[in-house]
Amino acid sequence: MSGGHVPHLAVALDGAGWHPAAWREPDARPEGLFGARYWADLVLEAESGLLDFVTIDDRLALQSSLPYAPDNRVDQVRGRLDAVLVAARVAPLTSHIGLVPVATVTHTEPFHISKALATLDYVSSGRAGWQARVSRGSLEAAHFGRRAIPGTSHGTSHGTSPDATPGASPGASPDNGQYPGSVQDLALLDEAADFIEVVRRLWDSWEDHAEIRDVATGRFVDRAKLHYIDFEGRWFKVKGPSITPRPPQGQPVVTALAHATAAYRLAARGTDLVYVTPLDAEHARRITGEVRQLEAELRTMSDPIRILADLVVFLDDDGPSAKARKAHLDALDGTEYTSDAAVFVGTPSQLAERLLAWSDAGLDGFRLRPGALPHDLVAITRGLVPLLQSAGAFRRGYGSTTLRAHLGLGRPANRYASV
Amino acid sequence: MSGTVKRIHLAAHFPGVNNTTVWSDPRAGSHIEFSSFVHFAKTAERAKFDFLFLAEGLRLREQGGEIYDLDVVGRPDTFTVLAALAAVTKRLGLTGTINSTFNEPYEVARQFATLDHLSEGRAAWNVVTSWDAFTGENFRRGGYLPQSERYARAKQFMYTTWELFDSWRGDEIVADKKSGVFISDPGAGRFAHRDDFFDISGQFNVPRCPQGRPVVFQAGDSDEGREFAAAAADAIFTRHSTLEAGQAFYADVKGRLSRYGRSHDELKVLPGVTFVLGDTEGEAKELAHEVRLKQVSGQTAIKSLEQLWNRDLSGYDPDGPLPEIDPQLGENTIARGRASVRMYKDPLETAKQWRELAEAKKLSIRELIIEVTGRQSFVGTPHQVATSMNEFVQADGSDGFIMVPHITPGGLDDFADKVVPILQEWGVFRADYEGTTLRDHLGLSAAPRAKASSTAVAV
Repeated sequence: MSGGHVPHLAVALDGAGWHPAAWREPDARPEGLFGARYWADLVLEAESGLLDFVTIDDRLALQSSLPYAPDNRVDQVRGRLDAVLVAARVAPLTSHIGLVPVATVTHTEPFHISKALATLDYVSSGRAGWQARVSRGSLEAAHFGRRAIPGTSHGTSHGTSPDATPGASPGASPDNGQYPGSVQDLALLDEAADFIEVVRRLWDSWEDHAEIRDVATGRFVDRAKLHYIDFEGRWFKVKGPSITPRPPQGQPVVTALAHATAAYRLAARGTDLVYVTPLDAEHARRITGEVRQLEAELRTMSDPIRILADLVVFLDDDGPSAKARKAHLDALDGTEYTSDAAVFVGTPSQLAERLLAWSDAGLDGFRLRPGALPHDLVAITRGLVPLLQSAGAFRRGYGSTTLRAHLGLGRPANRYASV
Repeated sequence: MSGTVKRIHLAAHFPGVNNTTVWSDPRAGSHIEFSSFVHFAKTAERAKFDFLFLAEGLRLREQGGEIYDLDVVGRPDTFTVLAALAAVTKRLGLTGTINSTFNEPYEVARQFATLDHLSEGRAAWNVVTSWDAFTGENFRRGGYLPQSERYARAKQFMYTTWELFDSWRGDEIVADKKSGVFISDPGAGRFAHRDDFFDISGQFNVPRCPQGRPVVFQAGDSDEGREFAAAAADAIFTRHSTLEAGQAFYADVKGRLSRYGRSHDELKVLPGVTFVLGDTEGEAKELAHEVRLKQVSGQTAIKSLEQLWNRDLSGYDPDGPLPEIDPQLGENTIARGRASVRMYKDPLETAKQWRELAEAKKLSIRELIIEVTGRQSFVGTPHQVATSMNEFVQADGSDGFIMVPHITPGGLDDFADKVVPILQEWGVFRADYEGTTLRDHLGLSAAPRAKASSTAVAV
C-alpha cells in the first residue's frame, strides 16, 4: 500500500460490540457489561493502539431491534450504563486517549450536560468530548413525560435493521419512522443546535483566569470574568454562568453523527467533528464535498470541521475466517447484520488498504465500530494500527495530551473575553 | 442510651463554596482540579471513613445583585466527579447532593444506578429540593415551586426513582452464551408512574445496582424534613453540632421512626462539624481564632451582616459598631442562592440579640460575626477532640459526624493521622473496612424492594 494518510482514528464502543450477537463470541464478557473493569480494559486497549478517542454509546431507553418500540427479545444485550459516567470512571485509569460519551440533547438540561462534560474534561486533564444525540420517538419521551414527540407513536416504523442507530441518525433512512426533513425532525435538530450553543456558552461563561485569590481585596474570583449567557431560544432560556469553571480544553470536542443535509448543516455550524456514513469512496467524496460547502457557508468557528467516516468492522487474519465469523454471528441472531454505516468484513491489511483509499476522498479519518468486543478492537489496535504505522500513515506515539490537540484543534479563544 | 458502646460513623465533606473554607491560606489548593478531589478522597479512605460528601448549588450566589466573590466559587458536576473518584478508591462511600427540582427521575435514577455499578455499591444520594426561580433560570423547566410543594415533590421524586431501581429484580441478566439467552425477562425495567408531579412510563435501562438502590440522605431541618427522613432516609445530615441541640434533634427524629415501622438503627444522624487541632489546648484555641479571622475578613463581615439586615451596608466599617438602622423586613432580596438567609426567622429579634452581645463584649462588626457565626465544633488536642466526639456520640447527640475541614485538599490529613487512631484504639471506630458497600459501612441492611406505590398503575 502507498500514499494516503489516516490522521485520525477512533473506535465506537457499544455493549459487546455492534453485532447484536457479539456477546456470544468466545472472548466476549457479557457478564462484565455493567462493571467498570470491562470498560477500562476496552479503553486501555484502544489507548495502546494510540487511537485519538473512543466514543461510548448511550440511549435513554432499553435497547430494541425496533426503532420506537420494545421488541421483547431475550437474545440480545439489554441494559446499559450512563456513558458520561463510564467515561469519567475510566478517565483516571488512562492518560492520553480522548473520551467521547454520547449524551442526549432532547429531554435533558443543557446546564447539567455542560457541567458534566466540563467535569469530564477536568478529571481527564483535557480529554473530554461529546457526541450530541437527538432522541426521536415517544419511547424515550415517555420516560420524561414532559411533552409528546409528534408522529412517532409505538410501532409506526418497520424494517429498520436491528442495529441501526435511529436515535443518533438524523433522519437519513426513510424507514426509521421519522420522515427526513419533516417539520418535527427539523425542529429536533434546531433544538439540538440551540442545546449545543448553550453548552458551549456555559463553557465560556468563566474566563480562563477568573479565579484570582486576591487576599488583599478578599476576592476569590474576578466577577468581571464571569458571564451571564442569557440564552433565549424557542425551546428554553438559560441564564448562566455555569457553576463549573472553564474546562482545561476551553471547549471540549463536540461531535455528532450525521446522515443527511439537515444534520450536516447542524454539524457544520456547531460541532468540531462529524461522523458520516459513506458506502464507498465516491460516496465519501460527495459527502465531504457537501459538508465542506455547508461549512464555508455557515461556520464561524476558526478550526475547520473534522470529518470521520464510520465503518463497522469484522476483522480476522484471513478473509474467509472473517466472513465465516460474521456469518456465524448472523446465524445466531437470525438476521443478516446491516447498518447505517458500511460494513467491512476482511483482514486488517485489507482494511488498511480501504482506509488509505478512502482517505483521498476528503476524510480526516475514521471511526471504526468493532463488530464484536474485544476481538475486533484488538484486531484494530494490534493488526490495523501497526500496518498503518509501517505505511507511514498513522502516528507512532501520542504527540499531545489533550483531545483537541490530537485532532489538531487549537484551544479556542473565549467568546466573552475582551482581548 | 442502650448501654452498649456505639461505633462512630465518620464522613468527609469536601470543603464547600462558603466562608468556612479558607482559600487564602498558603496551603489551600485548587477547588476544581481533580487532583484535589483525589487527595481528599484518599485521605478519607486511608482513615477508613464511611463516605465522602459533596454538596451542590446550581446557581452561583449573588449578593446585592452581583455574583458573590468573597468565597470559593465553582465546583464540578457531582455525578461525574464521583464516578471518577470511584476509580481511585475502593471502599469509600460516594455521596452526592442532587436536586429533585431541576432533574427528572429517569435520568437521576440511571445516574445513581450507574454510579453504584461503577463503584461496586458505594453510591449515596443526598436528596435536596430547590424552590427558587433564581436557580430555575438556569434550567429549561424553569423555577419556582411553592414552599408547600417542595417536600411533596421531593418525596414523589424519590419514590419514583425507587420504582425505577426496583423495576429490575437483579437476576434478569443471564448472559448464557450457549443457550443464547441474555436476559431472562424481556419486561425487566417496566414501570408506569403517575402522580401530581410525574406521569412517566416505559422501561428503565440500568439493571439493578449492587446496593439495590443508593443510600438516601436527607438534609433539611424543618418538621416536614424530619418526617421525610424518618419515613424514607437512611441518614440525616444535620447542622446541630452542640451536644444539647444534637440530643434534642436525635431524640426527635429517632422517635419518629416507629411510626413507619422502622427501627432505631435504620436512620443515622450525622451532624456536619468543623474542627481545629493543636499540640496543646492553648495552641488549638489560638489556631482556631486565626482560622476564624481568615474565615471572616472585614469584607465578609459586612456581607454576612447584610444577609441578616437584608440591605446594603457597604458604607459601614467592619471594625466599627453595628448599624443603628434595623434590618429590612420581608423577603430577603439582598442575598440569593444561599440557604442560610432563611434561617433568620426573626431578623429584628436576632439583630437585637447581636446588638446586645456587641455592646456587652465591646465587639466590632467583624468581631461580632466571628462570634455569632460558624464557630468550630471541636477545638483541642487530638486526644481532647477524640474524647469530645466520642462523648457526643455515646450521649446520643448523634451517630457520628460529617467532618468539614477548612482547607482544600489537605484539611483532613491531620485528623486522619492523629484523631482517627485514637478512636480506633478505643474501639469506637473501625480499624478497617468490614464490608464492601456503603450500606455495609453504615450498618444498613440491603435495600428492601419498595412496595408498589399506591399511585403506580398496572403495566
